Amino acid sequence: MAKRVSASNVTAYYGAFKAIENINLTVEPKTVTALIGPSGCGKSTFLRSINRMHEVLPGARVEGSLTIDDQDIYHRDVDVTAVRRTIGMVFQRPNPFPTMSIFENVVAGLKLNGVRKKSILDEAAEKALRSANLWDEVKDRLGKPGAGLSGGQQQRLCIARTIAVEPQVVLMDEPCSALDPISTLAIEDLMFQLKDKFTIIIVTHNMQQAARVSDRTAFFSIEKTGDPGRLIEYDNTQKIFSNPSVKKTEDYITGRFG
Amino acid sequence: MGETPHRSADAGTGGTRVTQSHAWPAGASARVAEAPVSAPTPDGNGLGGGGALPTNRKFGAERAFHGLTMAAGAMVLVIIVAIAAFLIAKAIPALRANTANFWTFEGWFPNDNPPTFGIGALAFGTVLSAALALLMAVPVAMGIALYLSHYAPRRLGNSLGFLIDLLAAVPSVVFGLWGRDYLIGPVTDLSGWLNKYFSWIPIFGGDGPYGNSILLGSLVLAIMVLPIVTSLTREVFLQTPTANEEAAIALGATRWEMLRTAVLPYGRPGIIAAVMLGLGRALGETIALALTLGSTYAISFNVLESGGNTIAANIANRFAEANDTGRGALIASGLVLFAITLVVNIIARAIIYRRREFTESAA
Ligand SMILES: Nc1ncnc2c1ncn2[C@@H]1O[C@H](COP(=O)(O)OP(=O)(O)OP(=O)(O)O)[C@@H](O)[C@H]1O
Ligand SMILES: [Mg+2]
Repeated sequence: MAKRVSASNVTAYYGAFKAIENINLTVEPKTVTALIGPSGCGKSTFLRSINRMHEVLPGARVEGSLTIDDQDIYHRDVDVTAVRRTIGMVFQRPNPFPTMSIFENVVAGLKLNGVRKKSILDEAAEKALRSANLWDEVKDRLGKPGAGLSGGQQQRLCIARTIAVEPQVVLMDEPCSALDPISTLAIEDLMFQLKDKFTIIIVTHNMQQAARVSDRTAFFSIEKTGDPGRLIEYDNTQKIFSNPSVKKTEDYITGRFG
Repeated sequence: MGETPHRSADAGTGGTRVTQSHAWPAGASARVAEAPVSAPTPDGNGLGGGGALPTNRKFGAERAFHGLTMAAGAMVLVIIVAIAAFLIAKAIPALRANTANFWTFEGWFPNDNPPTFGIGALAFGTVLSAALALLMAVPVAMGIALYLSHYAPRRLGNSLGFLIDLLAAVPSVVFGLWGRDYLIGPVTDLSGWLNKYFSWIPIFGGDGPYGNSILLGSLVLAIMVLPIVTSLTREVFLQTPTANEEAAIALGATRWEMLRTAVLPYGRPGIIAAVMLGLGRALGETIALALTLGSTYAISFNVLESGGNTIAANIANRFAEANDTGRGALIASGLVLFAITLVVNIIARAIIYRRREFTESAA
């Protein structure tokens, strides 16, 4: 179910602007990897290039190679939609489909895959909602609009929607930044459970969160505004937070910079 | 919840102390301690409030504006009621004088003695031509709108969109004349062809003459409402939040699937509103139809044979020759048109209202 993600020499552009340059890193299956770094250093850009969401923007493009289990996701013959199904994504702001009910939101991805049978959808929806720790809160109102939930519930709904299609890798871009501490804890717990099945890559500005949930941490940074973001250090989370080998990393995590 | 007031009590920003009518702005107390020299004037009423709270002003801009809007609203209502009363007063004598059944009689002779006229055929023609026009225009309009908003390069989309907005402003008489003088040829040929091969479908039956038919009229109508429906639906599609589109794409949707899961459902109320606006234009269209329809008074589903008529076109065609009763009869027909438009709008509202739970949270 979970796959290894590796990036080699990944460079991404917005038009003529180079946002990240020569990123090399490998994420092992069934681990949580945190991407940290100052604002604008290209964490989201890198994350979005992993599931080929980056190229959705006009003029945006990616160079270098990205593979999951040695399969090049940018290969000419690869079906982009299949890549995105294999590599799910949770966004910073909860974005349930406003016109859909809770149930419809969860099964939206399955329906896109052509699953129509009610019994299968029911089962998948319950499973995904249970995995997202949301089932008990919504089981009596599955037909109500997804946008009527609280922010934290909406974010878990989006997680349920993402994992309902059983991806192999789950990308999360600051999934807790709009949430209260309790919802944040709920989602962190969730990540612990999910890494049994998925490879998880999460962007966060919260050092404690990175330290709590991740096995490995990648620190990105930029020299100055306008420069492309680079990967400064990538190591076990414990090492990064206790004894980083690069001075810049230490400055950042101790709050002296960024 | 019960604990919240305590927190603000010693925050030094007003809270409970505001009532103790002290002279300085409550918010300034901290600053005063640091720099007593630059303290604000003791009687200054800082923006943060201080001293006693001012009493609600009796005559402020707020109230004046409130009164103004109320008056404007009331005036609109009064004017509408007055117009309605006037029209009904004009219509009633004509309806009284009518010796035929107003609802079912197929003909329009209000100037005769005794006068006979019926609305049935006109109302039928109005609804039929408008419905056909929308049936042809809406799918095309939505296709164009989706192309412009989500497929075309942004530059091209914007300039074509601008062009379409311009088209929406072309006066309907232009469309009418164009239909009467140029479109009629191809439509006559098309009618012959349809009749030859599809005459087993009742609407394509009959045996001519073709030309000034419901088909021509509703085609002209369709072309007329196309720009406005396109322009509005394009606007609606452009408003879909990027977050929703990205959510669909990240789930592995193709572009078309993304449109179906995120854009179209989100735009639904807007699409309905745009269609209703188009329908309103089609129902009320006067001159384009007066120029293209055959002006007969018969209820018929046949769309090919010359004929057809609508309430508005009939008013345009017959107003000049109308005597007192004739004018009353036309006014009565106008009231029926108003009622039809009203019903259509109520139905549209009902459709939008039915899913309000979802559309409201979408807004
Ligand atoms: N749509 C875009 N068009 C052009 N430039 C962009 C776009 N999105 C991001 N950028 C630029 O790319 C660089 C990297 O942005 P990115 O969003 O990846 O940073 P980030 O590390 O995720 O920051 P944050 O922590 O604030 O989310 C920034 O300089 C940003 O201005
Ligand atoms: Mg970001």
